Amino acid sequence: MKSGSNLEKVLEAGHFAVTAELGPPKGADAEVISKKTDILKDCVDAVNITDCQTAVVRMSSIAAAAILVSKGLEPIIQMTCRDRNRIAIQSDLLGASALGIKNLLCLTGDHQKFGNHPQSKNVFDLDSIQLIKMIKDMRDEKKFQCGEEIEVEPRFFVGAAENPFSDPFEYRALRLAKKVEAGIDFVQTQIVYNVEKFAKWMEMVRELGLHKKVYILAGVAPLKSVGMAKYMKSCVPGMDVPNEVIERMVAVGKEGAKEEGKNICVDIIEQVKKIKGIAGVHIMAVEWEEVVSGIVEKAGFLPRPKASG
Amino acid sequence: MIIGERKPIQEVLGMIAEHDKILIAGCGTCVAICMAGGDKEVSILASAIKLARNKEEKSIQILEQTPLRQCEWEFVDELKDKIETCDAVLSMACGIGVQTLVERFPKAVVYPAVNTTFLGLPEEQGVWSERCGACGNCVLDKTGGICPIVRCSKSLLNGPCGGSQDGKCEIDSEVDCGWQLIYDRLKTLGKLDNLTDILPAKDWSTSRDGGPRKMVREDMKL
Repeated sequence: MKSGSNLEKVLEAGHFAVTAELGPPKGADAEVISKKTDILKDCVDAVNITDCQTAVVRMSSIAAAAILVSKGLEPIIQMTCRDRNRIAIQSDLLGASALGIKNLLCLTGDHQKFGNHPQSKNVFDLDSIQLIKMIKDMRDEKKFQCGEEIEVEPRFFVGAAENPFSDPFEYRALRLAKKVEAGIDFVQTQIVYNVEKFAKWMEMVRELGLHKKVYILAGVAPLKSVGMAKYMKSCVPGMDVPNEVIERMVAVGKEGAKEEGKNICVDIIEQVKKIKGIAGVHIMAVEWEEVVSGIVEKAGFLPRPKASG
Repeated sequence: MIIGERKPIQEVLGMIAEHDKILIAGCGTCVAICMAGGDKEVSILASAIKLARNKEEKSIQILEQTPLRQCEWEFVDELKDKIETCDAVLSMACGIGVQTLVERFPKAVVYPAVNTTFLGLPEEQGVWSERCGACGNCVLDKTGGICPIVRCSKSLLNGPCGGSQDGKCEIDSEVDCGWQLIYDRLKTLGKLDNLTDILPAKDWSTSRDGGPRKMVREDMKL
């Protein structure tokens, strides 16, 4: 065991893993985290806590994750390269480990241009691949990035994101191979709406043998409305929403939209589950956390396995 | 070359509001080529200032001179006589030129009339774009001659992030994805293998992060 996290145990035991996402509040209210924790508890194996997603200031991922730990729901903290240099990242991760956090997702981070402080300076001291390597060396070599020894090393189950829908498409599986080489244990992909393209990417991933080296969780997200579908298609970089999906949302009208969004999500889960090399799903329903239990139930993933040990 | 852009006229007028006799000092090198601070731009700015001051009925005397370069002692020395007769100098050079004047003429009051924007080239008439971040540790050999430090919005060294779409960067559909450019170039060169190697964490100490930079070459010293 690399970290002994629930997520690691579930995957190691060969179960199909289910993770979700929790967006911390734009404020200091711990109650928001507690409420969302109650909503997600018992229906997923672990929950990603975003790190100022889309570069909007929110409660820190690690602080919010500590609240989850205290309430018995396992967090996956996220760490981006945008806001911290290697000194700050290592320091925060020592602290996160000391707080009992065992899963970590390494990300490049959205550019601050999208956020609420577009005039800020960015860092990008490391890129996500260098970040992964640094964290693996901290855990396995007990060394800081500078080479100095760590007395008590942080032990994380290390993940990364990969987007099969961004360009250059032919390079995407190779880029994942770099992340695998750098030291990840699992991957969560960008939201899949275009299953066909995703399957093509997985073919390339299997050709490189990556599915045997790391656990691949397919990202999914329920659509709330036609507007959301169209926004994601045209305004979110690296997002591929096929017309058929939008047509399904249009066909049911405003009243039926949320239900159809859930149905589409479950359908996509059924499809990606059949793709060889997929070890789980990651359900991204930020600010709609209450929908997750219904999706998980409908997809037949309940009850979640109780990891032993 | 160093690319610059003239500051808005109101900002310039604000800087020189209390002065009655100024020198506008242009630079005949980079900023002349990018049409921000050469002799033409000096005379245009002089006219604009005179017009504005006439409107306010506050007269101003303006001298103009554009040395070949404003970043070398021997060229800025040509400005000595004029600087001594003026209340202030409005420099239309890059930030280096402004500071060269300040260092050479410690008593002079020098204001910048140009924003130094980046190190780049004129892509076509009227369009300039960035090419170098002066990081002090060039990686162009590994990336097909395209700089990931300044052409990738996040200065990534190991390939494109998830925001690369249709050859464009996530920050703006007008901005090329630097890594798509690198990918295409390496593909043409038959060197896509370069992209499977992991480039280690960069040593930024040769960049501005290492503090103010200075280069000393003993072999060149007199």
